[in-house]
Amino acid sequence: MARAKAEVGRPTGGLLRWIDDRFPLTKTLKYHVTEYYASKNFNIWYVFGVLSFVVLVIQIVTGIFLTMNYKPSAAEAFASVEYIMRDVEWGWLIRYMHSTGASFFFIVVYLHMFRAMLYGSYKKPRELVWVIGMLIFFVLMAEAFAGYLLPWGQMSYWGAQVIISLFGAIPVVGDGLVEFIKGDYSISDITLNRFFALHVIALPLLLIALVFVHIVALHEVGSSNPDGIEIKDHKGPDGVPLDGVAFHPYHTSKDLLYIVIFLMIFSAVVFFAPEMGGFFLEHANFEPANVRATPEHIAPVWYFTPYYAILRAVPDKLGGAMLMAVAVLLPLFLPWLDKARVRSIRYRGWMYKSALSLFVVSFIVLGWLGLQPSEGIYVLLARIFTLIYFLFFVLMPWYTSIDKTKPVPDRVVYNA
Amino acid sequence: MHKLRIIPKLVLIGAIASMTQVHAAGGGGPLEEADIDPGNIPSLQRGAANFMNYCAGCHSAQYVRYTTIGKHLGLSEEQLIDNLMFNANKTFETINTAMPPEDAERWFGSVPPDMSLIARAKGADYLYSFLKGYYVEPGSPTGVNNLYLPGTSMPHVLWELQGYQAANYSEHSENGIVTRQFEGFEPLTAGVLDAEAYDGFVRDTVNFLAYIAEPIRSDRRTVGVWVLIFLTIFLVLAYMLKKEIWKDVK
Repeated sequence: MARAKAEVGRPTGGLLRWIDDRFPLTKTLKYHVTEYYASKNFNIWYVFGVLSFVVLVIQIVTGIFLTMNYKPSAAEAFASVEYIMRDVEWGWLIRYMHSTGASFFFIVVYLHMFRAMLYGSYKKPRELVWVIGMLIFFVLMAEAFAGYLLPWGQMSYWGAQVIISLFGAIPVVGDGLVEFIKGDYSISDITLNRFFALHVIALPLLLIALVFVHIVALHEVGSSNPDGIEIKDHKGPDGVPLDGVAFHPYHTSKDLLYIVIFLMIFSAVVFFAPEMGGFFLEHANFEPANVRATPEHIAPVWYFTPYYAILRAVPDKLGGAMLMAVAVLLPLFLPWLDKARVRSIRYRGWMYKSALSLFVVSFIVLGWLGLQPSEGIYVLLARIFTLIYFLFFVLMPWYTSIDKTKPVPDRVVYNA
Repeated sequence: MHKLRIIPKLVLIGAIASMTQVHAAGGGGPLEEADIDPGNIPSLQRGAANFMNYCAGCHSAQYVRYTTIGKHLGLSEEQLIDNLMFNANKTFETINTAMPPEDAERWFGSVPPDMSLIARAKGADYLYSFLKGYYVEPGSPTGVNNLYLPGTSMPHVLWELQGYQAANYSEHSENGIVTRQFEGFEPLTAGVLDAEAYDGFVRDTVNFLAYIAEPIRSDRRTVGVWVLIFLTIFLVLAYMLKKEIWKDVK
């Protein structure tokens, strides 16, 4: 009875059956939600993927409402943001959620990426999940950069000026490229308009498409876990991995708990410290863009400062820009740089543990250095930590292949 | 409710962060602490009056509506019209200045900046120090200079209240390079207000400037407390739900 087998679990009648005959609704829900099995021993590090998605939704919804009141014009942009902050009902809440969301996007995405480095999530067969994730990160950086110009404050203007001018360092085509990006000889109304188009249509579309592909790729290979072993290797008679629990209701109920905790932290910032001491909303950005007055101290928003520090560590403009680009691109190659036989940090030796610790320290210190003036001891420190940042990747094939690893258990470690 | 304790901590983080990010314009002396109280309505009302009487002649606050001020500062429409609106007919108007920008440019060399967001751009301590930082400097176009914004084109508008003061410097010579170190102010002429009253005047004015920079500040804090109370209850339910669903997982 081949037909009967295909019918198992399918509704026998009603609207759902009608839909299922025309669209794989039940099938898709089962495949991605109710019968997608992920390891039961996920720890807190495994929540940042879901949280990235939560922030994406926050940004899109608040973004729609901001767009209803914002004016993408050099003459009106700054005033329209203040209009949102003062005269639009609950406009301040929408705006603070969006500006705080931008910073939290990077916080959760950085932690999500770090999780992959802790537990070797990028290793075979999840290379594509990682590569697509890195593409999401690149688009996110572009999205944040384009969005930062829109309030048309002093730091919006001069920050964009600094970053766009980097393209001018490219030989031959540099100057033409800068003009092409700006659409003008200087950053102007035209630049603002195209950045607006990129920020609200082009890049978000790309972002959503990539997030979709990221999840499809993940569900094809299955989620990794803190032990870095394949739960699919041990299945019960029903074909369900013994160490897996269904995404819904198990992981969804756990995620909901973490989402509430996340929202509490997020709300604490939105309602009680939306400027976050000048890190989330820079003080200079409360002055409208002024072509004639350069701010005393131009620094990008905190989430770009590690790369900005690498840029400034090189005395040559082209060299700095190239090194920065390489620094952003390098993590893309982690699946092939990492030669270790085990995935998880739990079973790796002291070499990888030390290297990863040094990498984290260098990333944080570079982030701090990016906020400091580029002079004296700061330049030397930036060079030292830039070197550490690069050595982490460049030496990885060597130290991961000779590092002593511990035996990996057969089944995941789980204490209920 | 214990989760609410996170609020002061986060505020503290913000405060520390703002200390590390020095955002005031460079000048010659350490900033004085403004010590403003955003919850002090009488102080804000006095500050509003000070601003209208002494600042609004030259400085606009083009994003700030009189109705908003009335709502937050507990002022009726009549009180707004009689006491604050010297240059507006309708209460929904924003605070504009009567001085044409072309004239301002000709008289002062630059158009006086709008005051709507000055407190968020420069910080309350900077504004407080700036308004107390004028000293006599013969030869400058306005006869005065400012310790915190050297060469400012703004005259000492509050001279009548504060009087004039001199800045004392000590000179240090090292390897032939002479550096000047600010030592303190010394009163030259007495103003209508004594030093303490002048401090109060400036504090009220800065308090008002901080208020207009973010009029919804107290609203967001009130809403924030309710949001966190709601999320705390939600947290308990989410925790119980998770426990219930996971109880069979061994």
